Amino acid sequence: MSINYIYPEFEVVRNPNRCICCRVCERQCANEVHRFDADGKVMLSDESKCVNCQRCVSLCPTRALKIIKSDCVLRENANWQNQTIKEIYKQAESGGVLLSSMGNPNPLPVYFDKILINASQVTNPSIDPLREPMETKVFLGKKPNKIERDKDGNFINNLPPQIELSMPVMFSAMSYGSISYNAHKSLALAAQKLGILYNTGEGGLHEDFYVYGDNTIVQVASGRFGVHENYLQAGKAIEIKMGQGAKPGIGGHLPGTKIVGDVSKTRMIPEGSDAISPAPHHDIYSIEDLRQLVYSLKEATAYKKPVIVKVAAVHNIAAIASGIARSGADVIAIDGFRGGTGAAPTRVRDNVGIPIELALAAVDKRLRDEGIRNNVSLVVGGSIRSAADVVKSIALGADACYIATAALLALGCHLCRTCQTGKCNWGIATQNPELVKRLNPEIGSQRLINLMTAWKHEIKEMMGGMGINSIETLRGNRLMLRGIGLNEKELEILGISHAGQ
Amino acid sequence: MIKLNASNLNFDTLNETVRKAKEDIEISDCLGQRFIGAGLSDKNLTIKGTPGNALGAYLNGSTISVFGNAQDAVGDTMNDGKIIVNGNIGDCAGYAMRGGRIFVKGNAGYRAGIHMKAYKDKIPALVIGGSAGSFLGEYQAGGVIIVLGLNSDKNIVGNFPCTGMHGGKMILRSNCKGVIFPQNVRVSPAEKEDLEEIFSYIKEFCDHFGFDANEILNAEFTVITPDSNNPYKQMYVGN
Repeated sequence: MSINYIYPEFEVVRNPNRCICCRVCERQCANEVHRFDADGKVMLSDESKCVNCQRCVSLCPTRALKIIKSDCVLRENANWQNQTIKEIYKQAESGGVLLSSMGNPNPLPVYFDKILINASQVTNPSIDPLREPMETKVFLGKKPNKIERDKDGNFINNLPPQIELSMPVMFSAMSYGSISYNAHKSLALAAQKLGILYNTGEGGLHEDFYVYGDNTIVQVASGRFGVHENYLQAGKAIEIKMGQGAKPGIGGHLPGTKIVGDVSKTRMIPEGSDAISPAPHHDIYSIEDLRQLVYSLKEATAYKKPVIVKVAAVHNIAAIASGIARSGADVIAIDGFRGGTGAAPTRVRDNVGIPIELALAAVDKRLRDEGIRNNVSLVVGGSIRSAADVVKSIALGADACYIATAALLALGCHLCRTCQTGKCNWGIATQNPELVKRLNPEIGSQRLINLMTAWKHEIKEMMGGMGINSIETLRGNRLMLRGIGLNEKELEILGISHAGQ
Repeated sequence: MIKLNASNLNFDTLNETVRKAKEDIEISDCLGQRFIGAGLSDKNLTIKGTPGNALGAYLNGSTISVFGNAQDAVGDTMNDGKIIVNGNIGDCAGYAMRGGRIFVKGNAGYRAGIHMKAYKDKIPALVIGGSAGSFLGEYQAGGVIIVLGLNSDKNIVGNFPCTGMHGGKMILRSNCKGVIFPQNVRVSPAEKEDLEEIFSYIKEFCDHFGFDANEILNAEFTVITPDSNNPYKQMYVGN
């Protein structure tokens, strides 16, 4: 039988002229790559444990370290690529389902990068956001079909509950358990200061964070972890999670090793026990059943909280969204196939679902065609990477965007894609107290505020360039978009013309 | 006690009245109104007739007594309190229940007690007097499910009980010959300690529905527990 050996993916390069054996790298690496050899008075490394998270590189005081991709590779083969072969070796050895983290890294089309934004020239004036007021505020929720008045002609307030956002971006669902206490606190603090919302994910809400309730979306997923009456009352809105872009059609398993201390208490399952979210909600097999859950949540909260239904972008998303828009939901959140995850089977992450750009365009068109677009607001996620992606999403028909990977990057994530190990050296995707304290929530929240403030300026700049001074005017304004290098079908689905037209 | 006749009342009107009431309520002529008592904690309900789906969803401390049958999703994600049904119930009772007790005199439909949870001394219990349908206790993560098989000529439980069970305990008043359990659970005849553990639930059941606890306990019982809290630990390889 063959020897099961996979050459390490990365090489730790240490410049001996610079290394002062301060052992910072050793202390910083939860993967135990670095160690000090007392006899030889040198630092040694075991690169087989390295995940290329760049923690040691970032903290080395003398810049003695770098991590590079190993050039020891198998013979080149366009069909049987290195990664493919290594995956087969791993499965032949273990019999295990391949497990990965964060979003789909494969070179599939990114439609945002093939869409260009318009600007005003000569025939209509652009607007300078530094001198003139620009509105980025949005309200999410069901909008009434008509104005109602009483017999004296006064307005009747028939507006269902709305979510007010200072800008059309929210922090997407990441559970306490998959990410740390300090990461959650950073998101909550930033959401409060920014006037936007963050999302608990499906792991419940830590009791310390109830004070941020007005800036919190509380999630109800198939495992119903941490869901109880006070939790539902605590948030500004309630999100029913039907699916996730990184793993449409399957549930989640938070391993027992991450169910410790307060995570266990918040989820209400014993320490060390796996937290299993089944693939479906077993009480939802139809739109009518979904309607029942939507209304049971509304009844339990006296119709004061908008209900969001989150689904993954899949093939018949337009028809699915049409059903959700009729279920009583106030907001539909759609998560594209490039969305992140704390852990998902590699094959599902990389092969299931569709791009958010196409899903959004199809859903917005379908809801408008059916005359029910105002029944719901649309929120999209699944790799919104910049202010430009936000602007393009709004113009394609979204009311707001969800970001999560971008938010984690602001908190220090280096996208090494090994969240599933629970050894995040940046204190984000871990429950190890020594690692968690590396993330300072004050600094973390400030970095999130910086990022969002910068995006807000950029959104205003781009809106101003188009001669638009309110984000509401941009919504669904596909005339502001042009495709580049897209075929007829893609342009048709996106509902945009080609550049030059 | 407020008396409320539910005939001709839509569910939202009925539930708003219940929410706003300052004292216990007796609802009569109930006919399929959904979500009664959702999230309720500050008053008790007596219901005559047939409440609709999601009775006592997210219930948070109240007692709901039903004189009649109840439909699907009784006590969905219930946190505390008690639901007593003097009849049969539909599917998905006690889904993700995390506290409190549900007592059913008659039979339960499919998927009763799925994904029930527990944390320390907060242990939910679902007691079914008759028989239970298929998928009983699927993904059970905590709590106690008891099925007594009284006055029922059906099998005590349908197909595929305990699939994905990884916590809690199920006790069936039967020797369970002919019931097929999955590989991930331990199935054994109840010991004396097991019966002592469930005595308070049985006693409470008998108090509500007029049975004799000793008579009920004088029978064969089977206990089912998971063999691992981490059923999927060996299933994955990091990539």
